[in-house]
Amino acid sequence: MSRAYRHNLNRSTLSAGALQLAVDRVGIRFGGVRALEEVSLQVRQGDIHAVIGPNGAGKTSLLNCISGLYRPQQGSIVLHAGQGSRELTRTRPSRIAALGVARSFQNIELFKHMTVLDNLMLGRHVHMKHRALASLVYIGPARRQEIEHRELVEEVIDLLEIEAVRKKLVGSLAYGVQKRVELGRALCMQPALLLLDEPMAGMSAEEKEDLARYILDVNEQAGVTTVLIEHDMGVVMDVSDRVTVLDFGRVIAEGAPATVSRDPEVIKAYLGEPHATREIQPA
Amino acid sequence: MSAEATFPQLLRRLAGQHPDRHALREKRYGIWQPITWAQYEQRVRRFAEGLASMGFRRGETLAVLGDNRPEWVIAELAAQSLGGCSLGLYPDGVVDEVAHVLTHGRVRFVVAEDQEQVDKLVELADSGAIDTVEHVINYDPRGLERYTQPYLAEFTAVEERGAAAAGWWQQQVEQGRPEDVAILCTTSGTTGKPKLAMLTHANLLWMASSLMSEDPIGADDEFLSFLPLAWIGEQMIALACALQVGFALNFPESATTVQADLREIGPRVMFSPPRIWETMLSQVQVRAGDAGWLKRAAFGWGLRIGKRAAAARVRGHRSGALLRLQHAVAQVVALRPVREQLGLTRIRRAYTGGAPLGPDVFEFFHAIGVNLKQIYGQTEICGIAVMHRDDDVKFNTVGVGIPGTEVRVADDGEILLRSPAVFAGYYRNDDATADALRDDWLHTSDAGYLDEDGQLVVIDRAKDVMRAPDGTRFSPAFVENKLKFSPHVMEAVAFGGENRPYVAAMISIDADNVATWAERNHLSFTTYTDLAQKPQVYELIAQHVARANRDLPEGARVKRFVLLHKQLDADDEELTRTRKVRRGVIAERYADIIAALYGDGRDVTIRTTVTYQDGTRVERDVTLAIESVNGDSAAAGPAKRRGLLAGSR
Repeated sequence: MSRAYRHNLNRSTLSAGALQLAVDRVGIRFGGVRALEEVSLQVRQGDIHAVIGPNGAGKTSLLNCISGLYRPQQGSIVLHAGQGSRELTRTRPSRIAALGVARSFQNIELFKHMTVLDNLMLGRHVHMKHRALASLVYIGPARRQEIEHRELVEEVIDLLEIEAVRKKLVGSLAYGVQKRVELGRALCMQPALLLLDEPMAGMSAEEKEDLARYILDVNEQAGVTTVLIEHDMGVVMDVSDRVTVLDFGRVIAEGAPATVSRDPEVIKAYLGEPHATREIQPA
Repeated sequence: MSAEATFPQLLRRLAGQHPDRHALREKRYGIWQPITWAQYEQRVRRFAEGLASMGFRRGETLAVLGDNRPEWVIAELAAQSLGGCSLGLYPDGVVDEVAHVLTHGRVRFVVAEDQEQVDKLVELADSGAIDTVEHVINYDPRGLERYTQPYLAEFTAVEERGAAAAGWWQQQVEQGRPEDVAILCTTSGTTGKPKLAMLTHANLLWMASSLMSEDPIGADDEFLSFLPLAWIGEQMIALACALQVGFALNFPESATTVQADLREIGPRVMFSPPRIWETMLSQVQVRAGDAGWLKRAAFGWGLRIGKRAAAARVRGHRSGALLRLQHAVAQVVALRPVREQLGLTRIRRAYTGGAPLGPDVFEFFHAIGVNLKQIYGQTEICGIAVMHRDDDVKFNTVGVGIPGTEVRVADDGEILLRSPAVFAGYYRNDDATADALRDDWLHTSDAGYLDEDGQLVVIDRAKDVMRAPDGTRFSPAFVENKLKFSPHVMEAVAFGGENRPYVAAMISIDADNVATWAERNHLSFTTYTDLAQKPQVYELIAQHVARANRDLPEGARVKRFVLLHKQLDADDEELTRTRKVRRGVIAERYADIIAALYGDGRDVTIRTTVTYQDGTRVERDVTLAIESVNGDSAAAGPAKRRGLLAGSR
């Protein structure tokens, strides 16, 4: 009768602090543009690891490399999950998803004409074993399976406090709520690693604060390792355990948030060099 | 009926009579999950045995801090079954309030819902502010996995550790006497720190049976319990009435789903403070404003017919044949859809209490076919002492005493009450008790009179009643309710009285509704303060004030008003937890604004401190405009553009 959740949303079986994702000297080029160059970073189990940097620094490219949408020309990306290690650069995106890497996108990629519940149930898709006939008539195993998955989905709804919009069409919801639903769908996959691409872009200060709280809840209560790409320094400093800073495709700093925010290189990347600022000021 | 019993004894009786019927239902994970009477009794027994093994003693108090969940009532009944009493705390209470009540109540055992509530207690325990508390029991362990405080325990763990001999608990229950204190109930505290009223099982059960002898509630009824169980009104129905009759309690999924859950349950009885009814009315007003012209016309016509039919019904008359026919049509095209939207389709009786409700709001609900009745009472008399009878609802009265209650008005105008429901006194506060209970009567400190039909009219708190320069007595609450009828006004505080030349008002706007209005009128704004200070918004509110003035007696008309830069908030101690205005705090905090309202200036600059929920404070200067309402010209202009629902009388 306890109110504790019955499902574990975190698929990784590593102990907290163990190396989970090792990105080693990754490079990718589009024609003449070097999007990433010699990028290395290590994500540990249980952390919220932020990747920050100015526009065009290569943050999203890095995420696309990890989730398999891009194939880097150099370097390796190794995921350590419960069932041994796996090199991701030569793995299909669908296979990477099945390994437990879930992500959200910078622009909301939900099915707007479907309900919140249906969108979340889609997150369970990778775990469903379908038999066409049984599913069609919704009897026996298909029905049991649906109920089991629904139970987990309901716990995600509870965690993210979206009970009131459970049966609403996604298209009719406020932007901030849609973002929460997208986070929820990624969680429904029971990820080993959660990749969030600028989840707070285009939000008001209040909405950002809200979402930051849910990201922390997910991390604390479910224990899911999170790689968070973010533009807003303030948010990052508040929620993350470690920060990697990219600029023009290179890592320019890495460490605890407090150290990184004092790093002169980082300040320069964000504010521009002193003489550069003077130049753009009107005469 | 069963006044000679205690709550746990009634629980045992019901569990014996209908073990498999639903006693509680909670919406969790999207499904209404039932608990039968037998399971209810079993959980109370096991939790009580657990409490006893932790050292809970007869006569001791168990505090509960959390939202309405089955565990809330289980904990309460468990404490009572051991001869103790329960003390409910408002879940949105800030740490200072929690500390005051716990210390004053000498509480050793606290049941706190979840991480949010446990954090408050951990903070207080760390600072040494609640040195009486020894055990904190939570019923939602999510997020608490890493807490290591030795005084923390989980609800289910307490249930599991209970291992008394068979029959022990039953024996404890039998030892309970009706004159034992069942609950310590916090008074609303408009005038200072809340006091703790001691209410016995006999008090509460007498009141419930008296109420139900007038307005029966059946065993097959359903009640949606969504208002704080710390409030006497909720205790009354959810425990005193439910345990006597055996109807089911339903707990909503979350605060945001109450409206939807209300529609699913479709209760036949409901009891809410004015705020809930005012919010429902605002919703309808806003939606009607958004609708197309055809719908709006149909609704406007339906409502007019509804008002006429209601006017006859509430006086106990039958309406004429033509009106009956029109009313039948209005039901289909306008009134029933509105009731359905609000989840009030099956409602047979709805009550409002805790504070006065504006007559216009009353009229609206009766027009759409909701039998809304005012009740009047105080925590000290178990919540209900006086109420409207079916078919005899006068919008300006609170009705007549429930069977067995004597109502008298003292020579100085104070309302006095006497009945078996009058409380046993305040906990550890003999002075206040002696003040409230004199010569066998409960002194309410409310001013009022009996009208020609013997119905009680409550003016206001006796010390709040004002006398206009022309000598008429009036209540600021009456003025405020007139102002609050506008969907754009959230709260209003009226000032006036003998040494002031006129009535002035401080108004805080309804953020959502005014924002919607601004959007529709292409008015851009940034913050609440910015919105409140727009000249256009002042113009809008001035129209509402002028309209309200038309219904007010000459001496009570609002001459000048100011729109406040913030909403009045219980967290800032400006309102009580039941949303009553704390005049003392406001007079002190807004002295500059009040002085300016009685000056000649067109604006006032004040320094304000804003406290956020996490405790951080920010100071800044704000300039507020002050608007004068010119009685006649202002009233004539906007009258043409009057909204559909404006009370016209």
